[in-house]
Amino acid sequence: MGKMKFLPAGDRAMIVEFGSEIDDALNNQVHVLAKKLEESQIRGVLETVPTFRSLLIYYEPGEIKFGQLQEKISAFGELTAAGSQKKKRILKIPCCYGARFGQDLGFMEKHTGLTRDEIIAIHSSVDYKIYMLGFLPGFVYLGGLDKRLEMPRMTTPRVKIQPGAVGIGGSQTGVYPLASPGGWRLMGGTPVDFYDPDRENPILCQAGEYIRFVPISIDDYYDIRREVVKGTYQVEAVEEGGEPCQ
Amino acid sequence: MSVKVKIPGALTTVQDAGRYGYQKSGISTSGVMDADAYEKANYLVGNEQGEAVLEMTVFGGTYEFTEDTVAAVTGAQMELTLNQQQVPLNCPIQIHKGDSLTVGIAKAGLRGYLAVAGGFDVPVVMGSRSTNQKCRLGGLEGRALAAGDELPVGKGGKTYQEVKERRTEPREFPALITIRVIEGPQAEYFTEKGKKAFYSETYTISEQSDRMGYRLEGPSVESKNGTDIVSDGIALGSVQIPPSGKPIVLLADRQTTGGYAKVATVYSRDIPRLVQGRPGEKVRFVPITLEEAQKF
Repeated sequence: MGKMKFLPAGDRAMIVEFGSEIDDALNNQVHVLAKKLEESQIRGVLETVPTFRSLLIYYEPGEIKFGQLQEKISAFGELTAAGSQKKKRILKIPCCYGARFGQDLGFMEKHTGLTRDEIIAIHSSVDYKIYMLGFLPGFVYLGGLDKRLEMPRMTTPRVKIQPGAVGIGGSQTGVYPLASPGGWRLMGGTPVDFYDPDRENPILCQAGEYIRFVPISIDDYYDIRREVVKGTYQVEAVEEGGEPCQ
Repeated sequence: MSVKVKIPGALTTVQDAGRYGYQKSGISTSGVMDADAYEKANYLVGNEQGEAVLEMTVFGGTYEFTEDTVAAVTGAQMELTLNQQQVPLNCPIQIHKGDSLTVGIAKAGLRGYLAVAGGFDVPVVMGSRSTNQKCRLGGLEGRALAAGDELPVGKGGKTYQEVKERRTEPREFPALITIRVIEGPQAEYFTEKGKKAFYSETYTISEQSDRMGYRLEGPSVESKNGTDIVSDGIALGSVQIPPSGKPIVLLADRQTTGGYAKVATVYSRDIPRLVQGRPGEKVRFVPITLEEAQKF
């Protein structure tokens, strides 16, 4: 295990850094620490923000000082076991590749030398790990994109990308949760809302879970979209091993 | 009881102390920019701390009250009139049914805070009444106020008689705003020359400054090898240095995470003074140790 670095982010926040790269093992430690902090209910700890390789901790300095918080965290010891034994929770996200959502599939074919069907097959065959959320509400940073599908961002970003757009930028793939400017190459659209302020739980997924894109037709897209708008659609979630769970 | 928006002001939103617990999902805290003026506004009208107020930017607008109550305005130096009669800032104002309160242009400072006894009673969304415009959450339909809006006010507020002796000190708005910062989290990304510039030069608040962040014009903060980092969390007051080298101080509506190194973080007690700074005004940064900052 790498050494933790404790960095001040002002007088009311601390960053615990595990490393400087995007790495599955580092990210696991981040989530294990977030969980331990949640469970241990240390007085003065207000909120945490897990990212690829660090955990931002907001705290109340009137309750606990930087050095005291550092001591408590150091006392947790190894931050591996529990996290790695956990089952994978996979959310199945329906995705209509191409149709009116696949503006950049042509570019992708040229760039990768693969056919459109091959690109879709590769993209939908991976369980992507949610390393973190950020940038926009419900925006997931996913790990696990096949190297063959890595591609440059657009030199001039689009001014407006529709919510639900699925794309690739660099070594990342993901979903735009709401209308936003963006530079990713677009390949599909999901009828599911990753962010819906009117839903009881506005955010669809959590860091540490996995996402699998399931190809659907444009007709399925509209059918599912109707249910999503009505509030009757449930995203299917499975745990690794194929057991359904909700 | 409610407050009718006759003229909304340049950017007026309902805010409270902010929305906490959802930054892990990418949802900013929002909340008042100037926590000091906010606390004083609630004190003046006898509210519990944490009640929602209106944050009015540049100029405040005109508000009509449907019942007798008490109101107060703090923060920026905005001209305040009740039915065309001038009334003071930083003290309770007796309001009668049908009265019209006009909050004018800020002559100094940038953000005024209007509190009403009982607080603005918009729905609590994810633990807060704060408006988050980007997420369309909280406040009044997640947006800035518009003419014709009607804001409900909570019951059980104090009366004018109960709080009429209360006063708070007016804010000072110096020509040069001096802000204390705590070094880090990524100070080692910058050269000695870059850090020296940051701590000794004067920066000008850019026109592109808003609730998300204050962009500053001035000498570049030179980095050793660029400032791209693998995204990490952004605390309130983080001073992020993008490739241009020009600092951006991240504030209430900041993104929860970001990919540029942060040379320092503004001391939490100095954020209220920074956010009253207007585009064109000057800022200087001075270092303070974490131990000093946490002594209070």
